[in-house]
Amino acid sequence: MRRIIIIGATSAIAEATARLFAARGDALCLVGRDASRLAVIAADLGVRGAVRAATATLDVTDFAAHAAVLDEAERELGGLDTVLIAHGTLSNQSECETSVDALRREYDINALSVMALLTPIANRFAQQGFGDIAVISSVAGDRGRMSNYVYGSAKAAVTAFLSGLRQRLQKSGVNVLTIKPGFVDTPMTRDFPKGALWAQPDTIAQGIVKAIEKRRSVVYLPWFWLGIMGVIRSVPEFVFKRLRL
Amino acid sequence: MSGESWGRYPLARDQHLLALRDRAAALPAFTGTALPHGNGRSYGDSCLNDGGTLLCTRGLDRFIAFDPASGVLRCEAGVLLAEILELVLGQGWFLPVTPGTKYVTVGGAIANDVHGKNHHVAGCFSEHVLGFELLRSDGSRRWCSAQENPDWFAATVGGLGLTGLITWVELRLRRVRGPWLSVETHRFDSLAEFFPLAAASDRDYEYTVAWIDCAARGSALGRGHFIRANHAAASSGPGAPKRWLSLPLTPPFSLINRLNLRSFNALYFHRQQARVRHALSHYEPYFYPLDAIGRWNRIYGPRGFLQYQCVIPPQNAQAGMAELLQRIGASGSGSFLVVLKLFGERRSAGILSFPRPGATLALDFPNNGPDTFALLDQLDEIVAAAGGAVYPAKDARMSGARFRSYFPAWQTLQPFLDPKFSSGFWRRVTE
Ligand SMILES: Cc1cc2nc3c(=O)[nH]c(=O)nc-3n(C[C@H](O)[C@H](O)[C@H](O)COP(=O)(O)OP(=O)(O)OC[C@H]3O[C@@H](n4cnc5c(N)ncnc54)[C@H](O)[C@@H]3O)c2cc1C
Ligand SMILES: NC(=O)c1ccc[n+]([C@@H]2O[C@H](COP(=O)([O-])OP(=O)(O)OC[C@H]3O[C@@H](n4cnc5c(N)ncnc54)[C@H](OP(=O)(O)O)[C@@H]3O)[C@@H](O)[C@H]2O)c1
Repeated sequence: MRRIIIIGATSAIAEATARLFAARGDALCLVGRDASRLAVIAADLGVRGAVRAATATLDVTDFAAHAAVLDEAERELGGLDTVLIAHGTLSNQSECETSVDALRREYDINALSVMALLTPIANRFAQQGFGDIAVISSVAGDRGRMSNYVYGSAKAAVTAFLSGLRQRLQKSGVNVLTIKPGFVDTPMTRDFPKGALWAQPDTIAQGIVKAIEKRRSVVYLPWFWLGIMGVIRSVPEFVFKRLRL
Repeated sequence: MSGESWGRYPLARDQHLLALRDRAAALPAFTGTALPHGNGRSYGDSCLNDGGTLLCTRGLDRFIAFDPASGVLRCEAGVLLAEILELVLGQGWFLPVTPGTKYVTVGGAIANDVHGKNHHVAGCFSEHVLGFELLRSDGSRRWCSAQENPDWFAATVGGLGLTGLITWVELRLRRVRGPWLSVETHRFDSLAEFFPLAAASDRDYEYTVAWIDCAARGSALGRGHFIRANHAAASSGPGAPKRWLSLPLTPPFSLINRLNLRSFNALYFHRQQARVRHALSHYEPYFYPLDAIGRWNRIYGPRGFLQYQCVIPPQNAQAGMAELLQRIGASGSGSFLVVLKLFGERRSAGILSFPRPGATLALDFPNNGPDTFALLDQLDEIVAAAGGAVYPAKDARMSGARFRSYFPAWQTLQPFLDPKFSSGFWRRVTE
């Protein structure tokens, strides 16, 4: 049985992942900013088999509240061995091009809050000598593109942060997993026209659970994004800058 | 979320799809009319809304509570019957009524008040619905059950999604010992043999249904296999079959035609040499043979297909079915899976619920254009003359006049219709 804390637990991808954990009989603490939706999800996970489905409210940009929430989760579950960080916002790129406040807010949510949460978590896991850290970054972090480089660069920061953390924690028996989904059909992408490259949250969830179990370092979900991003990364900058992506 | 119906005919135009995820939230803003859309397993246009909005309910897929002692389940309306089975079967419970596919939502099952092979003992789906919450476009919410707001309950079960959005539901499940059924298959050589066999079987078997060879003519008219079953107490048995691959795309033409239809039906009929065969079957191939092939509806090609399901009252059942089968046989059209069953005497509370005492026949027709529609109109004539009805969940073409004669109580629904809800079907048969 795992004792899992999920930050951003109302996210479609996180909820689908939590169901897989619940069906295996894991214990979960769901953290998000909407208490009533968290309660609805917790009840569902209980029916599906979670031995425990606790909830805690947190706006991740309230940095001062992070430590208390982590303590609460640890108390509720009697310890922690797995963390999934899933919260995020798909930034309004054009707004961020004119408003520094918007830019900073997006970085707070998508980058800084993640690093801030990971700081105490990493220390706790290192100290206990075990644990699995899984964080949803994005393929968008693999290369900045004009259509969403604020979001993409925040995710890139998370990806780089995780690779360093992975090195640091690897001797302590703690695994760090970077999850890079491609296009996923969730509320975040509601207004996008969907095509063949799009995946359902459940598909991504299965990939996440498998990668955590196998203690993988980086996983592209679905797998074909590894190839797509390989190509995108390999385009020389003098060509890339002329593309409209 | 494709915004299509299972028959892929008609295809709706200018439909706006809105995904719902939160049962406590108000309905999202929409322009024009809205219609709840479950998993799109209705065949025609009752789950479509040309030029309007579909409120897609699959995101309302949370369980709320399950009591393994009483078998009472609370869940959101977008939960699939398949998901319920996955949860409860291991704890000794099963669906009290199930249609021929498990990929329908609870909300869809209520809105069409679906029936299964056990209609003669269990009635319609709504008989096992302890209650549900109905959310209207004016923001009001009502708990509807046989006791509370019974008029709203009767309007909404079988109400084709037109009375508002069902957000969550309380159901009573039925106990089973395990996933197996003991199944007995009788070969019968003519329609006349079906009726006594069905009447006798309905006494001792929970599930009864017949498969008919719709290509057989003359003295063999209406021959087929009668399949009757009960849940088995077996402690072991065959496993669930592997799910085949899904049809990844629609072939450019229908793969079902006159030739392969005739030979398939003949082969299937003669597959069983013995008159009676016993077997222990897993529930999946027994209840959901077609679910093994994902998106099998694409087999009919880009023009889609039409399903026709009618019921004919007992006194006219044999003559009416004979006439229907003759007409279908003469046309050379029709499908692999023609299903014939006797409905029981139980009437559902639903104003527009389809099941009523008599014999019900269901089959698919590839859409061959005007010929197909003319044939279905002829079938309607036979059904109407026999005092029967056609099932809206499967319909894409019946005339408004026919609908109103099949469902004379349809106007009783009027005061309960949500003024901002409508469907392609409803406009077709009432305007
Ligand atoms: C292979 C196959 C076999 C079948 N066998 C049977 C059978 O044996 N017996 C039988 O009765 N039917 C049968 N059907 C038909 C099917 O059971 C019904 O059409 C069912 O209602 C489909 O449910 P759905 O979730 O796909 O809903 P949809 O088809 O998407 O919608 C059906 C109706 O329900 C309404 N609706 C959906 N959700 C809600 C909600 N939350 N609130 C209010 N209204 C809602 C819609 O507006 C629409 O009017 C079969 C269908 C297939 C494809
Ligand atoms: N969808 C994609 O195509 C895609 C692709 C690659 C990566 N991702 C990443 O996958 C993760 C999950 O996203 P999703 O697709 O599942 O979208 P989603 O359903 O919209 O989930 C986003 C989640 O972030 C939460 N959140 C946003 N701001 C927050 C804040 N300040 N405090 C606390 N929680 C906050 C939201 O909470 P509320 O519910 O309260 O709003 C929501 O639970 C995100 O990190 C996203 O960047 C998504």
